[in-house]
Amino acid sequence: MRILEIEHCRKHFGENEVLTDISLTVDEGQVVSIIGPSGSGKSTLLRCATLLETMDGGSLKYLDKVAVRDEGGRAVYALPAELKQVRGYFGLVFQNFNLFPHYSVLKNITEAPLLIQKRDKDEVMETARDLLAKMGLSDKADAYPYQLSGGQQQRVSIARALAMKPRMLFFDEPTSALDPELTGEILKVIRALAAEHMTMVIVTHEMAFARDVSDHVIFMDGGVIVEQGNPADIINNPTQDRTIQFLSRFN
Amino acid sequence: MTITAMIVKMSEGLGRTCAIFFLTLLFSLPLGLLVALLRMSKNRVVSTITKAYISVLRGTPLMLQLIAVAYGPFYLFGATLLVKQKLLAIIIAFALNYAAYFAEIYRGGIESMPVGQYEAAHVLGYSKAQTFMRIILPQVVKRILPSVTNEVITLVKDTSMAFTLAYMEMFSIGKQIANSQSSFTPFVIAGAFYYIMNSVVAFAMSRCEKALGYYR
Repeated sequence: MRILEIEHCRKHFGENEVLTDISLTVDEGQVVSIIGPSGSGKSTLLRCATLLETMDGGSLKYLDKVAVRDEGGRAVYALPAELKQVRGYFGLVFQNFNLFPHYSVLKNITEAPLLIQKRDKDEVMETARDLLAKMGLSDKADAYPYQLSGGQQQRVSIARALAMKPRMLFFDEPTSALDPELTGEILKVIRALAAEHMTMVIVTHEMAFARDVSDHVIFMDGGVIVEQGNPADIINNPTQDRTIQFLSRFN
Repeated sequence: MTITAMIVKMSEGLGRTCAIFFLTLLFSLPLGLLVALLRMSKNRVVSTITKAYISVLRGTPLMLQLIAVAYGPFYLFGATLLVKQKLLAIIIAFALNYAAYFAEIYRGGIESMPVGQYEAAHVLGYSKAQTFMRIILPQVVKRILPSVTNEVITLVKDTSMAFTLAYMEMFSIGKQIANSQSSFTPFVIAGAFYYIMNSVVAFAMSRCEKALGYYR
């Protein structure tokens, strides 16, 4: 089943065109990694897909819900009520975690399911406890974010996103704010999610991880998709000059 | 007149001093938040008017504003000010003035919030109002508490300005005694009263800061 479909996405900031005609589909259970140099537009693409940034042109569709449709090259957004529904389909894990510092770990995870989705309290609590156990943070339910390491905070933010029971998860450079040791623990969590066939789109600078965990790798540069395909092919045997040049530093 | 008699007499005005203090806080704290939100409005007209309001109220003396509120209606409409309305005039002037100061404090606090907090709430489906009330405002309150404490301490001392309208709060009574007795003692007593009140304020505010110290 197709979860996400982006077609001909365009975005510019002032004079600067950051995304030029990007198309991308994600099917259920698929893990897609987006790699590329800083400023290549990969984070902007993620922000357009998660409705944090408005695209100028193109269309965006989740399952059968059209969030953005293209009218003569201009992006037209659906009504707020429909966009709210669309937001329920995905979760986003930020580079800087963005946990709510005044909430305990448990409240960070449970407030949105209770307040926004109006789910049953017992069920939400149970879901949250299960997720914390899965993240190895059962003893941290009552802790506050500042009492946790970066890696623990990022695991809480993954749990917070998963508690909404999204159809897919986006990760925006989830390990870029972490030291190598903590990076490992986050990558392990994402690997575990991949093993459970969680649908994910991951913007990352971890090349080996992208190769191992994903079904599909996209290399972006200058606001366009330069090359995409099978992870082993893209990362071990890139064909485009720009990709070869970028990956030479990793291989 | 003995010192004790002076103290007793001046204490009779403390209720009025406290009335000015608490009523001003009661109205200016919410009003200040409203002014801050209008000041940050994307509507140019609204934000410009609010900016002018803040500029005038911070840029002119509170004493002048007291006189304007108290006697302005008389000169404008020929209305007379009844004694009973003195407190009303004082509270209006104080609340409008303090709201302007609080507004800038709120604005500083709101603008210092990282955009990631808004984005995280947005992605989770929080409405704008929910994001502000549940995520942003509680954190802003913690951030601005030290600046608010400063203003609250100033407010305690500013209540003495009510003597401009001959509203018989503690300081005005003291001033009257000082005149009739040709004594400086009432001013010393007034100073002691303000110092004690502000010690209580400082203590209460530091308790608030501690209460919000459970997170960083």
